[in-house]
Amino acid sequence: MLLTERTTPTRGPDRARRGRADRPGRKAALLLSPTFLVLALVVGYPLLAALRESLFRGGDELDESGFIVTGERFVGLDNYTAVFGEASARFWNAFANTTLFTVTTVAAEVVIGTAMAVVMHRAMRGRGLVRASILVPWAIPTAVAGLLWRWIFQADGVANSLLGTELLWTADGWPAKLAVIIADTWKTAPFVGLLVLAGLQLIPQDVHEAARLDGAGAWQQFWRVTLPLVKPALLVAVLFRLLDALRMFDLPFVLVGAQKGAVETLSMLAWDEANQVRYGPAAAYAVLLFLYVAVVAFVFVRLLGADLLGDRRARRAGARA
Amino acid sequence: MSALVRRWGPNLGIAVIVLYCLAPFYWMVVSSFRRSSDIFDLSALPSPWSLENYRAVFSGSNDFGRALVNSLVVAGVTTAATVVIATLAGFALARLDFRFKNAVLAVVIATSMFPGISLLVPLLKLFTDIGWINTYQSMIVPNLSFALPLAIWYLTMFFRQLPFELEEAARVDGCTPGQAFRKVILPLAVPGVFTTAIIVFVVAWNEFIIALTMVNEPAMQTVTVRISQFVGVAAHDSPFGTRMAAGVVATIPLVIAVLLFQRRIVAGLTSGGLK
Repeated sequence: MLLTERTTPTRGPDRARRGRADRPGRKAALLLSPTFLVLALVVGYPLLAALRESLFRGGDELDESGFIVTGERFVGLDNYTAVFGEASARFWNAFANTTLFTVTTVAAEVVIGTAMAVVMHRAMRGRGLVRASILVPWAIPTAVAGLLWRWIFQADGVANSLLGTELLWTADGWPAKLAVIIADTWKTAPFVGLLVLAGLQLIPQDVHEAARLDGAGAWQQFWRVTLPLVKPALLVAVLFRLLDALRMFDLPFVLVGAQKGAVETLSMLAWDEANQVRYGPAAAYAVLLFLYVAVVAFVFVRLLGADLLGDRRARRAGARA
Repeated sequence: MSALVRRWGPNLGIAVIVLYCLAPFYWMVVSSFRRSSDIFDLSALPSPWSLENYRAVFSGSNDFGRALVNSLVVAGVTTAATVVIATLAGFALARLDFRFKNAVLAVVIATSMFPGISLLVPLLKLFTDIGWINTYQSMIVPNLSFALPLAIWYLTMFFRQLPFELEEAARVDGCTPGQAFRKVILPLAVPGVFTTAIIVFVVAWNEFIIALTMVNEPAMQTVTVRISQFVGVAAHDSPFGTRMAAGVVATIPLVIAVLLFQRRIVAGLTSGGLK
């Protein structure tokens, strides 16, 4: 209904034209209504409910006069002050892990993915093979990938024997963090490569030729010509990867396990609290994670101007045509 | 030297990429065919080959067949519902001109970026209250929260490229608007819808945290959750052979789909990120 709303109601003679102008709006509202209904139910309601839930606390407790109180009680911001008070060590640890995993995996994926894209772009033969194999890490369920890497990183597994190390990768500490980073990079760098490759293929060949004629070396061509031109594609890929990495759950959960300080992310922390039927604190963690994601997305779009809707490019293309 | 690099560089690069992508997967397949007595072998091929792990996957308490059916139902229904709703929305967003169009698209994209756990906590509580725990719908309904925005995004990008002038042409040639849509636009839209359906199915099949949270009864668990909670044939501590075999079984349908439709999937995935 919102869609058909007009801020300036056209009043006057041309009713037929007005009717026609309104029709796309009404049609759009009709076509979009199932979407809005579903999103309101599975996204809108839970978000608001999480916000509300984070202000309550359940379970039995003794009140000041020693009586048992059951059920949910409004506790105001107690869950949040607990996050930064008694539970702060665990929260900041999870926050640090989430941030560490996000920064390292996205950085590694961008570098490896771009390298892959450049190679694939140059390749004359074997394109089909590469395309098929690059989709395999993407298609493998993350939980299966977690198990797979857990097997590779076993104490007497193939990683240790290839590297000549005797590390307990999946136990705790830095090796566990590294294992998660390696496994996540393996799974998603090819996907970034695909997106960057598609960006590369949009660059007209003559741009490179012109640069070469002007005396640019291969390295200069890459930094001065290729990279600036794939930047829009790369930025969108990076934004998607950032937001995906911030909610990382499956991989550390399966690869290392729940309640392991070395790899516990904010998602895992919130899940663990919910699993212990401590919905209030769980909701508080979930709300904080949501805010973190929102801030990162906002800052990223503002600072780097990632052109998500493709508007700017569409307009530019339109101007060119 | 430089000529050598130019000649063999790309091929070498390709070999490295293929090795990077497939080596871990290869190791999973090889390990799944070893006997549990030589599971820690490091040979490139299992010797002897054995189906012991695959038998264990489908036997006794593991009940992986049931998990496969559960995953098929959950991912299938999620895909079907998503594609129907998203086709309507994608068509509106790509074809119709109305106010707030970009705002609507932005909201849809934004919802796909919400961390799943923020939605799960209240839904878990709600589903516990209404007795939905351990049901298919408790997994399918939350799945829509990520599948629907994803599908709308891909379909909008795809529908934008359709030649809607053809529709006008058909109407000039005497088709009714309905006919023009059915006979001209719909056939052209099918590949995009199909690609979106594959991508959504893969993503829904891979879903983990929702299924883990909403279901605690082994008979209702999906593949991804079941695998992570496997116990060995005998009372082994870590039944890695069985897990690798189950991993192969859970992944093979997706790998086959990928091999068959790789061109489409790549086109679909990249159009979402690019245009």
